[in-house]
Amino acid sequence: MIAALTTILLCQLAGEVLARGVGLPIPGPVLGLVLMLLVLGLRDRFRARLPDMLTGPQLETTGKTILAHLSLLFVPAGVGVVQRLDVFGAYATALAITLVVSTVAALIATLLTFKLVLRLTGDREVSQ
Amino acid sequence: MSNDFALWVFLSRSPLLWLTVTLAAYVAADRVSQATGRHPLANPVLHSIWLIGAILWATSTPYGTYFEGAQFVHFLLGPATVSLAFPLYEHRKTVLKTLLPMLAALFVGSIVALGSVLLVGSLLGLPQDLLVAMAPKSVTAAVAMGIANTLGGDPALTAVMVALTGILGAIIVTPLFNLLKVTDWRARGFAVGLASHGIGTARAFQVHPLAGTFAGIAMGLNALLTAILVPLALGLLAR
Repeated sequence: MIAALTTILLCQLAGEVLARGVGLPIPGPVLGLVLMLLVLGLRDRFRARLPDMLTGPQLETTGKTILAHLSLLFVPAGVGVVQRLDVFGAYATALAITLVVSTVAALIATLLTFKLVLRLTGDREVSQ
Repeated sequence: MSNDFALWVFLSRSPLLWLTVTLAAYVAADRVSQATGRHPLANPVLHSIWLIGAILWATSTPYGTYFEGAQFVHFLLGPATVSLAFPLYEHRKTVLKTLLPMLAALFVGSIVALGSVLLVGSLLGLPQDLLVAMAPKSVTAAVAMGIANTLGGDPALTAVMVALTGILGAIIVTPLFNLLKVTDWRARGFAVGLASHGIGTARAFQVHPLAGTFAGIAMGLNALLTAILVPLALGLLAR
């Protein structure tokens, strides 16, 4: 559990160092995600030669535990709305319309593009 | 000074109280969501936020004090982004097979998410500083705040826009896509992850594991692309 958490944090740390050090426009945690993919790929390739601590299911279990409660993590930032009630009061209607229109537009545009290219590449549906 | 008051003064300033309140509000909201069979309107983030907001208002606690406790939860956004690697790695074969549709949907979706918010917002007369704060709204909080910061926007305002967009998408997605009669979990998940980042991804995982996986990928990819697109789009708008 602790080794798994350390590995996750190490990936994020390396991602932040890389993003800031090299001045990449990519956010640190996203680079951390890419690094974690590398770690997992290397682990499975050299599985036989690694100690049990690294090859057990703990890494996956820990990561999935964090992901299982993903929406909780947005609560503190969301509560920040109490600080900005003045802004939201002044532009309530315009803000609401903008957010709803843009979110619906993004959902539909993404969905239809995905479906269209899926059909063009001759893929079958996965809806089970 | 009465004893009760001294106790309140201690508690209201310690991170312990506000961390506990955050978790307790979420547990309660999540129970309600479960009891309704994960009904979209019973979104746990939405109901935790107003519940905690009401408690802060009733006790006249400033947001800064609240955040000292809640920051331990907020911090996990980074490790959670890294953890998206696990479902991605597990489903890598399915993902590689749909690389082309994903990349096409990523570009179209990312440009529509960004372009529509700037277009509609400026048509409705929203001020420039609000537009800057709203531009990265479809990207996960940690990343969006970084983008807003480098552009001179207000990261705290961006975080709120991000949370609102996430909640909105998570509520709309199921009825909207049922209406459009789209049943492919990959397409549905990818769309909600792109438009509504982590809150949308959490919703997708509630509905179907494959939808959740594709939502997670879309969230990661969109964070990458939006970080590049937002400065370009705002440059165009300022001309």
